[in-house]
Amino acid sequence: MTASNPLAAQARWRPWEPVLWLAALATPWLFKEHALIINEVAIVALFAVSLDLILGYTGIVSLGHAAFLGFGAYSAALFAKHVMPDPLVGLLVGTVAGTLLGALFSLTILRGTDLTRIMVTLGLTLILFELANKLDWLTGGADGLQGVTIGPLLGRFEFDLYGQVAAWYSLVVLLLCFVLARRLVHSPFGATLKAVRDNRLRAMAIGIPVLSRLSVVYTLAAGMAGAAGALLAQTTGFASLDVFSIERSADVVMMLVIGGVGWLYGGVAGAVVFKLLHDVVAGITPQYWNFWVGLFLVVLVLVGRERLLKPWTWFSRKGAA
Amino acid sequence: MLTILFDGIAYGMLLFILAVGLSVTMGLMNFINLAHGAFAMLGGYLTVALMQHQGLPFLACLPIAFGVTALVGAVLERTLYRPMYKKPHLDQVLFSIGLTFMAVAATDYFMGSQQQIIQLPEWLLGRTEWFDGALGMGHYRLFIIAICAALTVGLQFVLSRTRFGSRLRASVDDPRVAASLGINVNLVFAATFAVGSGLAGLGGALGAEVLGLDPSFPLKFLVYFLIVVAVGGTSSITGPLLAALLLGIADVAGKYYIPKLGGFIVYTLMIAILIWRPHGLFSRLGGGK
Repeated sequence: MTASNPLAAQARWRPWEPVLWLAALATPWLFKEHALIINEVAIVALFAVSLDLILGYTGIVSLGHAAFLGFGAYSAALFAKHVMPDPLVGLLVGTVAGTLLGALFSLTILRGTDLTRIMVTLGLTLILFELANKLDWLTGGADGLQGVTIGPLLGRFEFDLYGQVAAWYSLVVLLLCFVLARRLVHSPFGATLKAVRDNRLRAMAIGIPVLSRLSVVYTLAAGMAGAAGALLAQTTGFASLDVFSIERSADVVMMLVIGGVGWLYGGVAGAVVFKLLHDVVAGITPQYWNFWVGLFLVVLVLVGRERLLKPWTWFSRKGAA
Repeated sequence: MLTILFDGIAYGMLLFILAVGLSVTMGLMNFINLAHGAFAMLGGYLTVALMQHQGLPFLACLPIAFGVTALVGAVLERTLYRPMYKKPHLDQVLFSIGLTFMAVAATDYFMGSQQQIIQLPEWLLGRTEWFDGALGMGHYRLFIIAICAALTVGLQFVLSRTRFGSRLRASVDDPRVAASLGINVNLVFAATFAVGSGLAGLGGALGAEVLGLDPSFPLKFLVYFLIVVAVGGTSSITGPLLAALLLGIADVAGKYYIPKLGGFIVYTLMIAILIWRPHGLFSRLGGGK
């Protein structure tokens, strides 16, 4: 028909995608005893997908994405503790909080080089960490925010000890956000993001408002990370300083890289692989998990990260991937 | 008041020695090396090990820390780092943070996770007070300032007066043109990387007593190194020097006067400066894009 055909073809849902999501939604029921892990995976997957929007599709290298996760988590936890315990309203509060913070912080990533962005995103996260640490009358300081009780979901489903309800809750939110992100990256808006990533100067020359695109996508991604944070706080009933740590930000970048940057399923796949690996390796050597992560990263980069999940390119000509 | 200024300067000088190698690496090859702190930690642990197990005096350990770290830096540069120069920044960040994680876990495994203590010689332990105690100077901090100042002058001399310095500056300004003029940019860079790593090792050895030394050292001070480089810019060594002094004084003063705020002041200052001038405070590129 028209020239937009290849783009429309990319955006179409593949037959395996609904199957995959149905399978994912079935997991808490199939693996009842692992529901807590499934819940965790769903949350970090959402977090990774939100980072993919800015890192994979827009090319902003951020070492401080945990700022939004943490802010969403603390907002949701505080809201549940002091205002009302309903989880859905709390989720909304966490998302809005993340979005607002993202809109504010997006002003800081518009200028400068990769190094400047890394430093600014890292610095902002450290500031939030310090704030959460020092404002102990509000956040509980280093002990974390305790005594958060979350009401039943939709007024009906209590969060149980095995985490089945929590897992379904997180999976559904992940699915909704994923559909939204998928719609976004295949829209003309998403196409301009990729143009900005590939060549900022040329994107500007053909009339793409680069700065506003950057801040809009940063804000959206921050909102999604805020939602992930809210889920984390609600399903664990707890918010601690750990949500702001550098390791969180580094881990999520790593997940994305494992799964593949610039591909929404990459974030999900990376989160699954990372969490499972973590579970296995930490079971063997809990203390030295970081060593293996480090070794893995070094090898990954030396081999070439874009080829890791595509074994058929391993033996082909270099540059074919 | 003066004491704080003095401590701040000592701290800043130390940060400068630790970070100057990083600044040159970033300026020369546009390589984001988050593993720089690991070299500093190596220097610190070498000193501790040599002093405790071999019984070497503190002063003898410092050149060894420098030499061994420089050697390790040169070997790693040749084997692991060189393929990374052409890769995108994300790859470099992942690679070097991976190295850092490995260094942290390996140190934990071999040396244990506790704080290491360095037994300073007698003559460095005292404290001199001037102006009725308004200015208290720890001898060890005086020693640090003296060494770091001497190193700074030396570095500045090498950079501005020697043939190697002019080659280095040419390579920083434009590697391609420098290479076409017959300068072996790779060799210049390898040497610079080695010296930079060595200086980090020396800084780690000197700073073990002031900054504390445990396996999380590279991650804990990574942010500080990066602040020095990002704020100071990568085009000269005066930029990082001033940035390091500013950071040292701001940090010490902030922690003394408003301990409740902790690292808050430093981070806020950094972000404000970086938004104002994204290429660094003392960059020749100026505030524009």
